[in-house]
Amino acid sequence: MKGEGDSTWQHFDDTVYGGDFLANQPPVKAMCDAAPGIIDLLDRMGVPFNRTPEGLLDFRRFGGTLYNRTAFAGATTGQQLLYALDEQVRRYESEGKVTKYEHWEFLSAVLDGNRACRGICAMDLRSMEVRTFPADAIIIATGGIGAIFGKSTNSVVCTGSAQSALYQQGCYYANGEFIQVHPTSIPGEDKLRLMSESARGEGGRVWVPKTSGDTRDPKSIPESERWYFLEEWYPKYGNLVPRDVATRAIFKVVYEHNLGIDGKPMVYLDLTHVDRKILDRKLEGILEIYEKFVGDDPRDTPMKIFPGMHYTMGGMWVDFKQATNVPGIFAAGECEYQYHGANRLGANSLVSCIFGGFIAGPAAVQYARGTSAAATNGHFDTERKHQEENNAMLMKSEGDENPFRLWQELGELMTKNCTVIRYNKNLQETDGKLVEFLERFRRINLSDRTQWANTSVVFARQLYNMLQLSRVIAQGAAMRDESRGAHYKPDFPERDDKNFLKTTKASFAPDADEPKFEFEPVDVSLIPPRPRKY
Amino acid sequence: MADSKSVLFKIRRQGSPHTSPHWEEFSLAWHPGMNVISSLMEIARNPVTRDGKPTTPITYDANCLEEVCGSCAMLINGTARMACSALIDKLEQPVRLEPLSKFPIVRDLAVDRSVLFENLKRAKAWVPIDGTYDLGSGPRMTMEEQEAAYPLSRCISCCCCMEVCPQFNEDTGFVGAATISQVRLFNTHPTGSALKRERLAALMGDGGIQECGYAQNCVEICPKDIPLTRSISEVGGAVMKQAIGDLFRK
Ligand SMILES: Cc1cc2nc3c(=O)[nH]c(=O)nc-3n(C[C@H](O)[C@H](O)[C@H](O)COP(=O)(O)OP(=O)(O)OC[C@H]3O[C@@H](n4cnc5c(N)ncnc54)[C@H](O)[C@@H]3O)c2cc1C
Ligand code: SF4
Ligand code: SF4
Ligand code: FES
Repeated sequence: MKGEGDSTWQHFDDTVYGGDFLANQPPVKAMCDAAPGIIDLLDRMGVPFNRTPEGLLDFRRFGGTLYNRTAFAGATTGQQLLYALDEQVRRYESEGKVTKYEHWEFLSAVLDGNRACRGICAMDLRSMEVRTFPADAIIIATGGIGAIFGKSTNSVVCTGSAQSALYQQGCYYANGEFIQVHPTSIPGEDKLRLMSESARGEGGRVWVPKTSGDTRDPKSIPESERWYFLEEWYPKYGNLVPRDVATRAIFKVVYEHNLGIDGKPMVYLDLTHVDRKILDRKLEGILEIYEKFVGDDPRDTPMKIFPGMHYTMGGMWVDFKQATNVPGIFAAGECEYQYHGANRLGANSLVSCIFGGFIAGPAAVQYARGTSAAATNGHFDTERKHQEENNAMLMKSEGDENPFRLWQELGELMTKNCTVIRYNKNLQETDGKLVEFLERFRRINLSDRTQWANTSVVFARQLYNMLQLSRVIAQGAAMRDESRGAHYKPDFPERDDKNFLKTTKASFAPDADEPKFEFEPVDVSLIPPRPRKY
Repeated sequence: MADSKSVLFKIRRQGSPHTSPHWEEFSLAWHPGMNVISSLMEIARNPVTRDGKPTTPITYDANCLEEVCGSCAMLINGTARMACSALIDKLEQPVRLEPLSKFPIVRDLAVDRSVLFENLKRAKAWVPIDGTYDLGSGPRMTMEEQEAAYPLSRCISCCCCMEVCPQFNEDTGFVGAATISQVRLFNTHPTGSALKRERLAALMGDGGIQECGYAQNCVEICPKDIPLTRSISEVGGAVMKQAIGDLFRK
């Protein structure tokens, strides 16, 4: 594209290299081979991709590649793709080919006596009715797990609850410890919103007040009392150090030097010294987002930013046909682990979601055709009753723990210890805390006990699943004594292919109520691993 | 307002579609950066009214928290808007929260917006592609065409334009501005235009585009600045032309 000699092989190489060689290579190659066709498909569906003067798709560059490879639709590509796919589903609905159950929450799979999937159990979020849906095969597409980190760039529905429930029912969860953090997000009271990195590119300076707890208006803090830590630590690159370096430095200043603004995890990203005209010309879109959601004009006031949990590389373990280890359960999208290894490249996620769906759909149909009816149907009633009992228990519980407060604590704990910088001591402490949280969960108290659109019950259920999955992340991170992709341990700063060129697979041990781990070799048959240095 | 110590909320609550509504007041300690959603989250962490009575967390819809999904529309101080971008510091107090008034209520601030999605189905608001298999590249479009389509494609299905429209009610059954604008979007797409006649036909008759009184409330409220009145007049013209054509063909 753009006559730069780019190729699907180059895309494949960038993806594998960016993922620090932890992804099995054959499915990644297949995805990259299919990617141009996927862009064409989205274009045919009417996604308003930007055009060249000749009327062709325009492409631009994203992090982790040297090529202008990424099609884009203004500043809202993700939204456009989502809506285009949604429109097609609506079309199928109107043709009677699809039945959509919106406002239902997946609770669990229905497994038969041989632990094969026979359907799902779900709850109507309005009537609170719990019911089962028989199915020969199911495909899980429940997205990332941002909510485990309290606030993230993800949507609030991305709780990982479904993945966790299935893990607790016997599905493997792979590479849980790989969590991508975006260096510059806008910390909000409700969520973290993505802030493009171009703000640093246009001369933004990152600093904190030198004294902890300085509550002065940033503009009134004299130069001599500001700490431009990136410029001091990395005189050569200054504020333009690569993503991961910037992220770690900000973390260090906040958590080790305790110098976050107002004692909170935030630092200043200052553009106020840059000429307004330049800002308006080059960064207007971004500055408007900041203004809209924060209320301050970054042309006048330094922005507050902080690295934010952004993407879940790990997920449900699947084979090259997107099948989990439980017969009849397939998975596609951010909820599974297949395509991004230890780190995801910009713009690669949506492609992997769609490609995973292309594989999972036909594979599920093929599986369904080959499967015979279960011997009995008793497991449907059993599963429904089991889930109804869970709800009843939560409704009755007379403890003193508010689920939303417990969630806030979980988010703070996980963000602090399981994102950017990882120490084994902290990870072990985190797991201990998680066990404590699970204890506290037993004493939950729902202030809402009504049987209609009760969001507290639903949330409490999600919270329980988040807690279980958090242990997979913390313990997985503790085990991996190396640094690879998004996983960084100062005590083990190098990648260790000899011991850890392996997929982490967690499975739930019901008796011990905790994860157990095994490791699986990675298929590196196409591109031999080489050191990752940008 | 930035230095006041607490923020006062008046929230209209309704347990279910079949119970009657009542108001509850909440007082939260002010802190920087609060918005309506973060305040609702805070109430969930400590569901106690202003006068110390324990209550339930408030039911509301929200998902993306960045004006993409359209789910958090509600009446904030009487204005239909997205809760996720409603900053407390920019609102008068007490902050009054109510559900959209023209959509069936689910509970508290959550309403059922499915009428819009049904309207989009009726108007065939999609590009009728042959299939999802690889059929090569899509149709060429000029930069101008893309630039014209892009603003229309930013609709987030929030239903604010319908809430504020004087014509949008049960009597008229009016489809509302969002659907009309989507018809314009798909009718101008090279492949989408194959269904042009059907889309325009769906906008004829009772509840169709003729119900619009050009009050322009829609275009003023739209959080995505979609040129709705422009869409309405363009699509209105096309509907008229087609209706007259149909008349002569009969
Ligand atoms: C701010 C931001 C910007 C991004 N930008 C890009 C980009 O530029 N390029 C790129 O390639 N990727 C980008 N990504 C990543 C990409 O958007 C996601 O990885 C992708 O949308 C995931 O799609 P999905 O279908 O797997 O899951 P999602 O889109 O998250 O959908 C999951 C669905 O499952 C539902 N669900 C979850 N749990 C349950 C349950 N228990 N029961 C029933 N339903 C459930 C949810 O309601 C949701 O509808 C971005 C992500 C974010 C957050
Ligand atoms: S112009 Fe007025 S009547 Fe017409 S859709 Fe908009 S608000 Fe409704
Ligand atoms: S046209 Fe505007 S107001 Fe109407 S649904 Fe779309 S985004 Fe909302
Ligand atoms: S939560 Fe999605 S638009 Fe507000």
